[in-house]
Amino acid sequence: MYLADRRSAPSASAPPDGRRATTDHRPRRRAGSALSPTVLVLGTVSLITDISSEMVTAVLPLYLVAELGLSPWGFGVLDGVYNGVSALVRLVGGRLSDRGGGGGHKTVAAVGYGLSALCKPLLLMVHSLPLIGAVLAVDRTGKGLRTAPRDAMISLAAEPAVRGRAFGVHRAMDTAGALCGPLVAFVLLRVAAEGYDAVFTVSFCVAVLGVVVLLLFVPRRLPDAAQAAAERAPAGPRTPVRALLGRPEVRRLTGCAVLLGLTTVSDSFLYLTLQRRLDLPTGWFPLLPLGTAAAFLLLAVPLGAVADRIGRRRLFLAGHLALLGAYGLLLVPSAGGAALVCAVLVLHGSFYAATDGVLAAATADAVPEDARGSGLAVVQTGQTAARFVCSLAFGAAWTAWGDRTAVLTAAIGLALASAVSAFLLRRAVPAPASNSPAKEAR
Amino acid sequence: MSRSARLSLLLVTVLVLGGVAVGATLHAAGRDARKEHTRAGGPAVASGAVRLDDPHRSLFRTMAWGPHRDEITAVPAGRLTGPRTASGVRCLRFHAAAGTGLCLQAVHGTLRDTYRAVILDRRLHPLRHYDLAGTPTRARVSPSGRTVAWTVFVSGDSYAGTAFSTRTSVVDTRGRHLDASLESYALTVDGRPVHAADVNVWGVTFADDTRFYATAATAGKTYLVRGDRTTRTLRALHPNVECPSLSPDGTRLAYKKRVKGADPDAPWRLYVLDLRTLRERATGEHRNVDDQAVWRDDHTLVYSLPGDFGSDLWTVPADGTGAPHRLVTAALAPVFPR
Repeated sequence: MYLADRRSAPSASAPPDGRRATTDHRPRRRAGSALSPTVLVLGTVSLITDISSEMVTAVLPLYLVAELGLSPWGFGVLDGVYNGVSALVRLVGGRLSDRGGGGGHKTVAAVGYGLSALCKPLLLMVHSLPLIGAVLAVDRTGKGLRTAPRDAMISLAAEPAVRGRAFGVHRAMDTAGALCGPLVAFVLLRVAAEGYDAVFTVSFCVAVLGVVVLLLFVPRRLPDAAQAAAERAPAGPRTPVRALLGRPEVRRLTGCAVLLGLTTVSDSFLYLTLQRRLDLPTGWFPLLPLGTAAAFLLLAVPLGAVADRIGRRRLFLAGHLALLGAYGLLLVPSAGGAALVCAVLVLHGSFYAATDGVLAAATADAVPEDARGSGLAVVQTGQTAARFVCSLAFGAAWTAWGDRTAVLTAAIGLALASAVSAFLLRRAVPAPASNSPAKEAR
Repeated sequence: MSRSARLSLLLVTVLVLGGVAVGATLHAAGRDARKEHTRAGGPAVASGAVRLDDPHRSLFRTMAWGPHRDEITAVPAGRLTGPRTASGVRCLRFHAAAGTGLCLQAVHGTLRDTYRAVILDRRLHPLRHYDLAGTPTRARVSPSGRTVAWTVFVSGDSYAGTAFSTRTSVVDTRGRHLDASLESYALTVDGRPVHAADVNVWGVTFADDTRFYATAATAGKTYLVRGDRTTRTLRALHPNVECPSLSPDGTRLAYKKRVKGADPDAPWRLYVLDLRTLRERATGEHRNVDDQAVWRDDHTLVYSLPGDFGSDLWTVPADGTGAPHRLVTAALAPVFPR
């Protein structure tokens, strides 16, 4: 199988001292062909899986209310709990997947994708809120498990010079799937009115297809990881989170992700503020997230490529400046209309495009291959936790001072956090023009 | 495994999964057609004239399979299991009082489903409608029939997962004045004003045309609030109350209460609160009730629980005595005209 995998993955054709060889090959490759097929396969897996999961997400409220006569209110309350569990599971998934020098990434990711796939037919069999809640909790566990190993595999499959673009391609494919899912679901409901069982069954089939594509076409042992494991055997499974954070590079990046996360207002609050400040008709509200997603989809690849050129940390910071711009527009007095809404959503989408995959790429630069899954999980979980704290604080600020002052406070906080991060990350990468901070990590 | 072997395996998988997916869809489409036929042993349903102000008839959304599935139907007030007369009007949620009906229904569009609230006259003819921002969940009409309220779930965004929030609107059916969101009312908890962005209001029950009770949630807690449309205020009266329902004599509220130690996914039990003493009492229903109960009279509660056809109606005495029993199968959103 490994032989076949090598044939299917060009970067795997590198000789045993592949790191240098890969570096030598890079300039001769055209930019367009430099992406490893493994990245595209992982993007395809995410695209397929997101179609499947967003199909269910889109019809779940309607299914509960129209078919089961329940109210989905309980899920809103439990969502925070599920997200917390998901974040912890992500750390576990990252840690587990690093065992075995990279071979574990595929296994843990497959278990995560498989777990979520199994939940789809289960949704058909349970008819009460507690059991549906339990099934969704398992689904979230699967999502938590697979995220870190998947990002680790992307980072290992992509050559360092194109890592930003690789993550951009992955995030764009992921978002495309998320946008398709609801469409597929509603087409099915058009063919078979009240055919929720059809929606869940098709969602299951799509999810299984995602797992099969992963199992068949993602090489079990990515070349860099295998080699790294051989070279630094002692570090392997014994690299705990504390040792990771002992590395200044990782510490600075995690610190900045947390610091910036603390001033990143959650999507729901941003849309709520937008709607209230501009007094938008309620019918617009469901369209606001679509605007952000569309901008994210269109910009993820180009901004990923820009990140490879000017440095991932630099673009990560620039992305937060886009968010700062969005906050600023929300503060403009008596401005209104569709133009402002579009501007805010485009800035919000650019923020995601410039930070989501780019942070993963930057993390990959700073974390050794044999701890890639754990490292990604640590940075991303830190960021998620910080954003959760920000939501609580923003809600409190809104209560105490009103929405305008709350946004102003968030904007000032974000400006300060960006300045501190710019200082910290500049010190970490004295020469960002070298466009390969990865070298420093080695 | 060689590349071609893996490609053939993928092809086989696609064919098998595609077959299952197409099969499931055709099956659902076929069953959808079959649902148009009444199942043997089910309640008899015939179409006919339905009125909202006939005290000898009770109304609900029938969920039994057949051509009239989901329509508002009338049954003899004394025998809810009797023959059903279907009105032809399909609603997800429904309520009526004094000849005014409120029907929250789905509108199947080409790209996505939308929802609307339709105000009905006593013969169930639509008077006007309002577009809704999300999935309908609660509907109530004031005792005089003049004011109506509805709650929808607003869900959104793939980053935020399954987070829901609610939006509750109140409309004066004659003056046509619309309060699009009760969140714009001034909320006070323990005498202090609350301006939090996370305030949600849902589950209105009317005392008269301007005063009502509802649930308000903020910072992870829910409160019973007393609302006033003229002063645009909500005042918290009692904690841990969701989906209140005012008794016909206006002295008590039935509601779902989140009990300690229960499954966090199914925490709600049916309670009754005396408004003068603010003393609460559990009913004889010990299962999870996720519904806004309806008072059949001053002593009896009716509410829905999941059943074979989606939902059945159950009943229990309001004074904490007795045991629940099933009132009627395959029904939701009952109304008992007076």
